[in-house]
Amino acid sequence: MTMKQNFGLGCALLGAIGLTGAANAAEQITFVSQGGAYQQAQTVAILDPSAKKLGITINQDSIPDAWPAIKTQVGSGKPIWDVVDTPTGYCLRGGEQGLIEKLDFAKIPNAAAMPEAYRSPYSVSYEFYSSVLAYSQKTFPKDAPNSWADFWDVKKFPGRRALRNHPIATLEAALMADGVAPDKLYPLDVDRAFKKLEEIKPNITVWWTSGAQSAQLLNDGEVDMEMAWNGRVSAVAKEGAKVTFTYNQGILQSTSLCILKGAPNLDTAVKFLNEAVDPVHQANLPLNIDYGPGNPKAFETNVIKPERAAQLPSEPANAAKQALMSYAWWSSPAGEAAEKRWASFMQK
Amino acid sequence: MATSMPDPSQKHQRREHGLMLALVSPALLVILALIVLPVGWLAWQSIYHDGFTLENYRRVFTEDIYWRSFALTFEISLAVTVISLLLGYPVAYLANAVPKGWSILILALVVLPFWTSVLVRAYAWLALLQRTGVINQLLRYLDVISEPLALVHNTFGTVIATVHILLPFMVLPLYATMQKIPGDLMQAGASLGASPSLTFVRVFLPLSLPGVLAGCTMVFVLCLGFYITPELLGGGRTVMVSMLVSRNVELYNQFGAASAVAVVLLLSVLAIFFVVSRFISLDRVLGQK
Repeated sequence: MTMKQNFGLGCALLGAIGLTGAANAAEQITFVSQGGAYQQAQTVAILDPSAKKLGITINQDSIPDAWPAIKTQVGSGKPIWDVVDTPTGYCLRGGEQGLIEKLDFAKIPNAAAMPEAYRSPYSVSYEFYSSVLAYSQKTFPKDAPNSWADFWDVKKFPGRRALRNHPIATLEAALMADGVAPDKLYPLDVDRAFKKLEEIKPNITVWWTSGAQSAQLLNDGEVDMEMAWNGRVSAVAKEGAKVTFTYNQGILQSTSLCILKGAPNLDTAVKFLNEAVDPVHQANLPLNIDYGPGNPKAFETNVIKPERAAQLPSEPANAAKQALMSYAWWSSPAGEAAEKRWASFMQK
Repeated sequence: MATSMPDPSQKHQRREHGLMLALVSPALLVILALIVLPVGWLAWQSIYHDGFTLENYRRVFTEDIYWRSFALTFEISLAVTVISLLLGYPVAYLANAVPKGWSILILALVVLPFWTSVLVRAYAWLALLQRTGVINQLLRYLDVISEPLALVHNTFGTVIATVHILLPFMVLPLYATMQKIPGDLMQAGASLGASPSLTFVRVFLPLSLPGVLAGCTMVFVLCLGFYITPELLGGGRTVMVSMLVSRNVELYNQFGAASAVAVVLLLSVLAIFFVVSRFISLDRVLGQK
């Protein structure tokens, strides 16, 4: 969730300037994302073109973690934001708690055409990233670890390891290491996953908490292999570090667009939602940043060159090697219980 | 102050009291708005969520993870306090013993790290302590070790960095106390035939004890609430109470669960201050005298 660098303040200021400048426009919405290079890339690829095409003004705001703000804004009865780009789990949880509008897909044809797993009654996938197995090519010049079973195999692949200090995606990896097929993960067998994690626990040097930390561990050679987000690993590799990753058994995760309950510009927000997942706009996103489009149709637009497509987490061939995260499971009572169990697992 | 006024008429006195109150009221309002109200709100949230509930406290007192976290936090604080004392006492002693110019230099060096952010210092320790860090590379170059030592991403690294941050809080109260010990006493001891080490043990050390207690209390209490250092250098395993607070907000999506942990920590701190106040005046701990 802290995946994107957040220059929140700067973007919030920009958003504020946008707000005052746009007061006269006929139709407008306030769109919120996570700031930084990520929001900049969206502005170029999706937000500006959408605003132009629909003839609306899109005011931007940014926040690293939108969830508490969604709760307070809707709770106050007068939300300021319309559309939020946030980890899909929050859209679902918000929908269940009455904080997020239920979507009428008849009005959102672009989303209606997307595979069912890519949307929920409250949200539409906006972009994809992946929790992948990353490793140092210095430690493993050949015969590199290529699956979670390899990651768990400390004899065949000696070296220092790191995992994320969070159950989401980590439990999935443990189950795959234990032989569960990527498409047969849900509902997660939580007991089995924790048992498998106990096995690797003595060999985990660091349980990282932020994306920046995972990048630093890999960059400094502090660990030889770890679970990390694909964008972080490729950024480190671009800086010249001898590191790479495999999409094999990656856990495909997404952020989604959803609309706040009682949003001030509901109709315009729905129009924007449809435009934002338009295949061409979506195809422009990965030309600006290392994330995959939320709409798989983007790969049929010829905007993304095949070499580039092959690097992206949601490219169909890459996606086929991975497990698609079920946010519905994670926001179910079983998922929430698993999240609570994590804390005691870490301290034992 | 009012009693020393030449005209102690009641009216005058009352007016002066009113004036004093008016003068301090901005400060009182700031304290009320920034400390009393938020802490009260925090305590309220821990017991009220759609009706009165002790659920949050039941969890804190019955679930293992809270006990483990509190135990670990107190262990780390104790270790940090003892190490700070062992390192800080000689520094304060030296600063007290040398001529004024030198002591200013020593104290300046002690205070210098204050001007660097805690975050930057945590990363600096990472650069020093990690597997490919300066210390491990030097030791390997000198053939002292063949495999890098695990100096960070554990409790050890957390303790080292925390000591670095809290050391000034030990040295300054110690120095302030030592300054007030009259040098004549040592001379008197020496003139009665005691060796320097005996005068130190029998005269100087007992007289410096209030400073020791003050420094230890400051360091211990501040360490209880440390967050960034264990988060960055603890490797995820060193879960101190403050981290539990933040994790509870994420996990339970309501502040009550986190507030209960914070309230228990706050009460432990107050209990410590209470016990300490039985031995020395709290003004000394807080640096007033």
